[in-house]
Amino acid sequence: MSQEIKEKDDEILEQLTNSEYKYGFFSDIEQEFAPKGLNEEVIRFISLKKNEPEFMLKWRLKAFNFWNKMKEPKWSKVKFPQIDYQDSYYYAAPVQKNKPNSIDEVDPEILEIYNKLGIPLNEQKRLQGVAVDAVLDSVSVATTFKDVLAKEGIIFCPISEAVQTHPELVEQYLGSVVPFTDNYFAALNSAVFSDGSFVYIPKGVRSPMELSTYFRINAASAGQFERTLIIADERSYVSYLEGCTAPQRDQHQLHAAVVELIAHKNAEIKYSTVQNWYPGDKEGKGGVYNFVTKRGLCEGDNSKISWTQVETGSAITWKYPSCVLKGDNSIGEFYSVAMTNHYQQADTGTKMTHLGKNTKSRIVSKGISAGLSDNSYRGLVKVTKKADNARNFSQCDSLLLGNKCGAHTFPYLEIQNQSATVEHEATTSKISEDIIFYLNQRGISTEDAVALIVNGYAKEVLNQLPMEFAVEAQKLLAISLEGSVG
Amino acid sequence: MSLLKITNLKANINDKEILHGLDLEVNQGEIHAIMGPNGSGKSTLASVLTGREDYEVTDGKVDFLNKNLLEMSPEDRAKEGLFLAFQYPVEIPGVSNANFLKAAVNEKRKYQGLDPIDAIDFLKMMREKAKLIEIDPSFFSRSVNQGFSGGEKKRNEIFQMAMLEPKLAILDETDSGLDIDALRIVSNGVNQLKTKDNAFIIITHYQRLLNYIVPDFVHVLSNGKIIKSGGKELALELEEKGYDWVKDGTI
Repeated sequence: MSQEIKEKDDEILEQLTNSEYKYGFFSDIEQEFAPKGLNEEVIRFISLKKNEPEFMLKWRLKAFNFWNKMKEPKWSKVKFPQIDYQDSYYYAAPVQKNKPNSIDEVDPEILEIYNKLGIPLNEQKRLQGVAVDAVLDSVSVATTFKDVLAKEGIIFCPISEAVQTHPELVEQYLGSVVPFTDNYFAALNSAVFSDGSFVYIPKGVRSPMELSTYFRINAASAGQFERTLIIADERSYVSYLEGCTAPQRDQHQLHAAVVELIAHKNAEIKYSTVQNWYPGDKEGKGGVYNFVTKRGLCEGDNSKISWTQVETGSAITWKYPSCVLKGDNSIGEFYSVAMTNHYQQADTGTKMTHLGKNTKSRIVSKGISAGLSDNSYRGLVKVTKKADNARNFSQCDSLLLGNKCGAHTFPYLEIQNQSATVEHEATTSKISEDIIFYLNQRGISTEDAVALIVNGYAKEVLNQLPMEFAVEAQKLLAISLEGSVG
Repeated sequence: MSLLKITNLKANINDKEILHGLDLEVNQGEIHAIMGPNGSGKSTLASVLTGREDYEVTDGKVDFLNKNLLEMSPEDRAKEGLFLAFQYPVEIPGVSNANFLKAAVNEKRKYQGLDPIDAIDFLKMMREKAKLIEIDPSFFSRSVNQGFSGGEKKRNEIFQMAMLEPKLAILDETDSGLDIDALRIVSNGVNQLKTKDNAFIIITHYQRLLNYIVPDFVHVLSNGKIIKSGGKELALELEEKGYDWVKDGTI
């Protein structure tokens, strides 16, 4: 490659790294914290704050004691300095004078944060057909359309509220898919989680609207540990979307969430994520560490769980939304676009565990790396002895922008049943100078060219998103890549 | 009216001069053929005119519709009506021909101060032009050039040209790698797209293409300069006697 072309590439990378994070503002609201650090006292404090029943506190303490004996996992490809778990706040909540009974009573300053993010909580202004639960730092501040959903028997509320109003459901299902013994971050989350969303769809009900949770980290040095639990009873259907942003800060912020999905017989859950946590600046300073455990259990026969994720943010993403296909004929799907830029690192993928007969799984993973970032796909397809006629199709593609980034694919296959059909396809491509020039020659500017290429590349995944979010995700990809190639 | 006027054009790549003072004028309604041996600068000329950055212009000027072409960005040159049918068209996975062309057509319309094209009008336009190049409409939803044969890629170039209706189109060795049928289809397309207002520069090694697309002028490019110009019969003479004949004649 000639010197000139190299210089051009450098210029391209330079421009790419100039796009700015739009959601980096910080809101100065009054907040209440637990004492810094992590110990039994803090856990008791959180449990007390939440006015939790005895079983919850016991469970948290068990999880904490278990976590205390564990070591941080080192097997992923991401690199980061040792996290000092005692140097973080495990509970931060906006001070609200009284607990709001409706959106009108929510502190206007908090509503303003969500307005700035483009998520107005005022129901009249809200996009038609989407109910929102807004979580700020550790607590849920507002849930819209609760009444409409209640008419169908759907429970959609902060998990802290569900602990009070439906303790039997929480006790039955919490930790049933992701036990606190599962991994280091799941144990940590189980000990300290303060809020998140809870969804229960009764038998035979199709949710009349998309349910959505919007997560926002606001406080400095505060970790966010939310817990989401979604139960779809027999023959029910729900589509759920999660969005995330955080202010621009110099220190790293820790986000260790757990999401559990349970689909009973003939039920379907569609879970979509548009993750845009603050990725850190051009030099790799700051940004969110996103260590998340997401798993769905296809408990009943003919059930289906589908994960779709568009990951553009976070300094580090460590996340493997997975499906346990227990029911016969159950289906698990994973569609992912993970984009990294600057110094971002992503180690993401899925696990599909086939337990039932005639179970099917499909994995479509699209990695996009730019700048100096590193992007890994890690996936496990496991077919157990009894899973006759299991089928899996996996496709893992990587797209590189520039020549200083990395893309890696780690597919693992564990097949214990002869009748399984497992297919794996992988490609790696690069947005070349030639493609850009070709599009330029057709009158398309370089910025638009990159957006066109990236959206084309990610199309199969974006198509899985609910319509209004697909448009948002497309824009997000374009913004994150602003000025990407010369 | 003059579309393109190249005066004493000199250009380098990697500090090596490839074009050593080239002159060429193309008027509306004309077809020019540029022939020459390998390494004579034919593709360099196409690259310099369309604004490929690896090339550095060191001297001379190029007017396109009385504007300084060399000062424009590659995309503005395209929007002004300059089109290049690439010798090696690239593949763009996941981007359908329809989406790509819609973006291109709308960029041009925006440049001209027009609203984006209506979806139905666009589809109609695609169908019409596809007929001209004998392309099946199933092709619209396929990714740009992905999995296309060499001939299909070249046909796609001509299809794009038909859609974008350039004022000046440069065909860079569009005939290389084409079988007789594809050659006929491509030539038919060009002949039907030709009007009294537009013009073509056809870069080729072989006289063969010029049996189908009849040029008004033939130029011989050698060592970065046009060393001989003539009518269509010059191509036949070249075919018969080889390039050494002209080269010898000038030295």
